[in-house]
Amino acid sequence: MRRSGSPFTGAGIVLAKEAADQLSGIRMVVIEALVFLIALVLAWFSTTTIRESIGQSPFLFLRLLTMAPDPIPFSFIDTVGLVTPIIAIALGFDAINAEFNQRTLSRILAQPIYRDALLLGKFLARLLALTIALLSLWLLVLGVGFLRLGLPPSGEELVRMLGFLVATIAYGGVWLAVAFLFSILFRAPATAALAALGLWLVFSFFWSLVIKPLVATLIAGPPEDIFGPNLAYIQTSQALDRISPNTLYAEIALALLQPATRTLGPVFISQLRGALLGAPLPASQSFILVWPQLTGLIAAMILIFAVGYVVFQRQEIRA
Amino acid sequence: MTDEVVIRAAGLTKRYAATLAVDHIDLEVHSAEIVGILGPNGSGKTTTILMLLGLTEPTEGRAEVAGFDPLREPLEVKRRVGYLPDSVGFYDGLSAHDNLAYTARLAGMSRGAIDERFAEALARVGLPEVGRERVGTFSRGMRQRLGLAEVLMKRPSIAILDEPTATLDPHSTQEFLGMIRALKKEGTAVLLSSHHLDQVQTVCDRVALFNQGRIALSGSVTDLAQRVLGGGHVIDIEVRGPGVRDRLAAMPGVVRVQMLGPELYRVDCARDLRPEIARLLAPSSELTGIRFAEPSLNEVYTRYFDEVRHAA
Repeated sequence: MRRSGSPFTGAGIVLAKEAADQLSGIRMVVIEALVFLIALVLAWFSTTTIRESIGQSPFLFLRLLTMAPDPIPFSFIDTVGLVTPIIAIALGFDAINAEFNQRTLSRILAQPIYRDALLLGKFLARLLALTIALLSLWLLVLGVGFLRLGLPPSGEELVRMLGFLVATIAYGGVWLAVAFLFSILFRAPATAALAALGLWLVFSFFWSLVIKPLVATLIAGPPEDIFGPNLAYIQTSQALDRISPNTLYAEIALALLQPATRTLGPVFISQLRGALLGAPLPASQSFILVWPQLTGLIAAMILIFAVGYVVFQRQEIRA
Repeated sequence: MTDEVVIRAAGLTKRYAATLAVDHIDLEVHSAEIVGILGPNGSGKTTTILMLLGLTEPTEGRAEVAGFDPLREPLEVKRRVGYLPDSVGFYDGLSAHDNLAYTARLAGMSRGAIDERFAEALARVGLPEVGRERVGTFSRGMRQRLGLAEVLMKRPSIAILDEPTATLDPHSTQEFLGMIRALKKEGTAVLLSSHHLDQVQTVCDRVALFNQGRIALSGSVTDLAQRVLGGGHVIDIEVRGPGVRDRLAAMPGVVRVQMLGPELYRVDCARDLRPEIARLLAPSSELTGIRFAEPSLNEVYTRYFDEVRHAA
């Protein structure tokens, strides 16, 4: 059956209203305060450490993002990897169920728009808010680094950092899509938030520690056999690991922000023949290395959003 | 009332798994006509409304609203229909203006038209001063009026109002009913769902009585009364005298006699018996009034569902 009119009629109006709500709401103030605090503290301590060893690395700004400065036990990318899903879930967990609970949904959908437009407008508005939060974080770190180190980032550093920003937005987009899906599935916002946080906890802690080794052993046998490490186990284990968006994101961060990274899988001695160990890869080669991970994150975001879309299209609108 | 049919449903059906929510209903609403849809909770009223708006897909049957198919051309339908859901919701953090401006923009209105129509609509629903206030501070009655203002802003050819007076106090209800009558005067067709039968009776030209997903009865209140209450005519008599009730009950053509008060009787008859009743009572009693009674929709509704229960 063909419906008349564009499914995206009104999507821009929904996006504008939702973006205004998100950006002017107290939630965004809290997120921006968190972002400001993280950026300032980490950049300050990192630059203090880097200033003591200036000249040792050609990639000062990348070190700013990857080092764990004393006395803080984690790096900027660790923190971003932890905070981004929480921000995304905070933005998305009540996107649709709040409309049901406020009884605004039938009023809005009685206007000449399709559900497609409402869903897409809401998702893009939240993705925009997330992008603004992450861009602010990125610019703050860049600014503090510039001020404290007295040097601008090189062109290659800037390109790599931009790639990292895009990957962080895609990573946040995956968790936003998850929160969005749960906001469609569960009418209670608290349940949706808990479900999304629960899934994030599974992928952050239990996936690599418990689920992956168990499943990999079941599929490929024990990690070690009589000849040493079991290659089938390593490959299965890595494939399972890459189901987790956290792993994909961590691999992107590693390859882009540590230019010496030459591979993201198991390395054989034969592959290292002729390689200059520790020599950085050109940015273009690092991007080729992370391309599957980056497209994987974007595809996961689209796929999860599509599942939510299908569920929402089938829901009864009575509120 | 003109002859233009603005809502037409033919064999409209909605099935949820094993449950038949709406069962092959046929319905017609003309322009400048107010049609009430009544029935117990779960009888299919809201599902029918949602199908007419294109918000739910019918399992079978066809509908045409303002000349368009809600299934294939929902945007055209929604451009022409104003909908006020029961317990209408708004964004509490936004002002009345911002709430209505949002839906008006979705409806395709320009900024200039929004401001003009907003002021006009708010004045019509009796909320001229609250345009810039947050809806979170509004009472339920004010929200309901704001919902009607949204319908008015759209200047629809059809208004679908689902339980619009459910949360209103008696005074506000009367004002609200006045606004619904005004819509009719402007040529708007109104489909009104309500449990308040007395209110439906005062504003509706016709009613459709839903039961278990079907339209069990439809027509004017007088039509329904004749079909359900059995008597073709209902006559109220004010009379003082001995044995009035027995004498009336013994008259040929009288179906039922009720005492509504010490000197007030209601007689259901198969035909107009007013002259015969006057001749019977005048010599021995003091007859002070005899007139046709307006059949009560409440009585029709109660009697119909009593009969359905007894039959079951």
